[in-house]
Amino acid sequence: MHELAICQALIGQVVDVAHEQHASKVSDIFVRIGPLSGVESPLMQNAFPIAAAGTVASDASLHLESTPIVVRCAECSAESEARMNRLVCGACGDWRTTLVSGDELILQRVVVGEVHV
Amino acid sequence: MCDTCGCNVTPAADTHSVEVLKGLLDANDHAALHNREHFERHNVLAINLMSSPGAGKTSLLEATIEALGEKLRFAVVEGDLETENDAERIRKKGVPAIQISTGSACHLDAHMVHHALHDLELDDVDVLFIENVGNLVCPASFDLGQNANVALLSTPEGDDKPAKYPVMFRAADLVLVTKSDLLEVLGDFDPDAAEAGLRQIANPAPLYKLSARTGEGMDGWLDWIRREAGSRQ
Repeated sequence: MHELAICQALIGQVVDVAHEQHASKVSDIFVRIGPLSGVESPLMQNAFPIAAAGTVASDASLHLESTPIVVRCAECSAESEARMNRLVCGACGDWRTTLVSGDELILQRVVVGEVHV
Repeated sequence: MCDTCGCNVTPAADTHSVEVLKGLLDANDHAALHNREHFERHNVLAINLMSSPGAGKTSLLEATIEALGEKLRFAVVEGDLETENDAERIRKKGVPAIQISTGSACHLDAHMVHHALHDLELDDVDVLFIENVGNLVCPASFDLGQNANVALLSTPEGDDKPAKYPVMFRAADLVLVTKSDLLEVLGDFDPDAAEAGLRQIANPAPLYKLSARTGEGMDGWLDWIRREAGSRQ
């Protein structure tokens, strides 16, 4: 379950943001996850309270946005949605595609509160 | 307005929103970059070996060291869970092996590898194998700074593994179907189906069949190492 390690990395970044903002509390954390990042959203939600315990984010809500898998075909240049284990072009069926979206693992936004300057 | 990106959350008077847009694995990726620079500086080819437990990573390394040990200087970083068994097997072949005792960890990360590199004299190494923890899921998410990912798929596991573990097999630069001496006995592993599964996830990586035990098919793999190692000397 590598989601715990990833949650700990996430909390590290969130704590840094709160520190930079002189905030004592984090209320919301927004993360974008692509299915091909290898990270499962439910497992992230389970691991989150463990990683967040005792930090400024201990009461924060974790909002996970799943991104679609989109590939671009090298043969016909079409962009199409694809499935995790079928990344072929939706237009012409060729397998020589590159990933446009679907492997993201990005901390997008943090809402901080109780700023003390 | 939606419930996913947070545009519906109205900040309270004493809160504010901070845009970050940073990869969650930023710290790992930074350490991986550092490792990669180390390898580059010392002309080392670093290969991340990934597979399920028991696919034959250590046996493959033993056979590889035996075949090329006089031409190339090898070193191995071992990600064993609890024992030093794999590292001992490598050391018996006269090759330095650094053990990362991952305990119950399910993967290696770039920091662990960086720490292990402190115990290695990279000037004396041409090819460094990083034997990842046996697991087809977790190791795929962590860049270690390697030059190439090699994924092993042993014949008893079944030929549908690329479809079942697309994140892992998508990251592979080379796939080795190991224990090919069992193909005949098993009868239900179709190497062409494994290759088709790899193409379905848009991976152009070559796929070689080999048996470390009988030596069958080892030439393709050994040539690949010689070629990759030669390109960085």
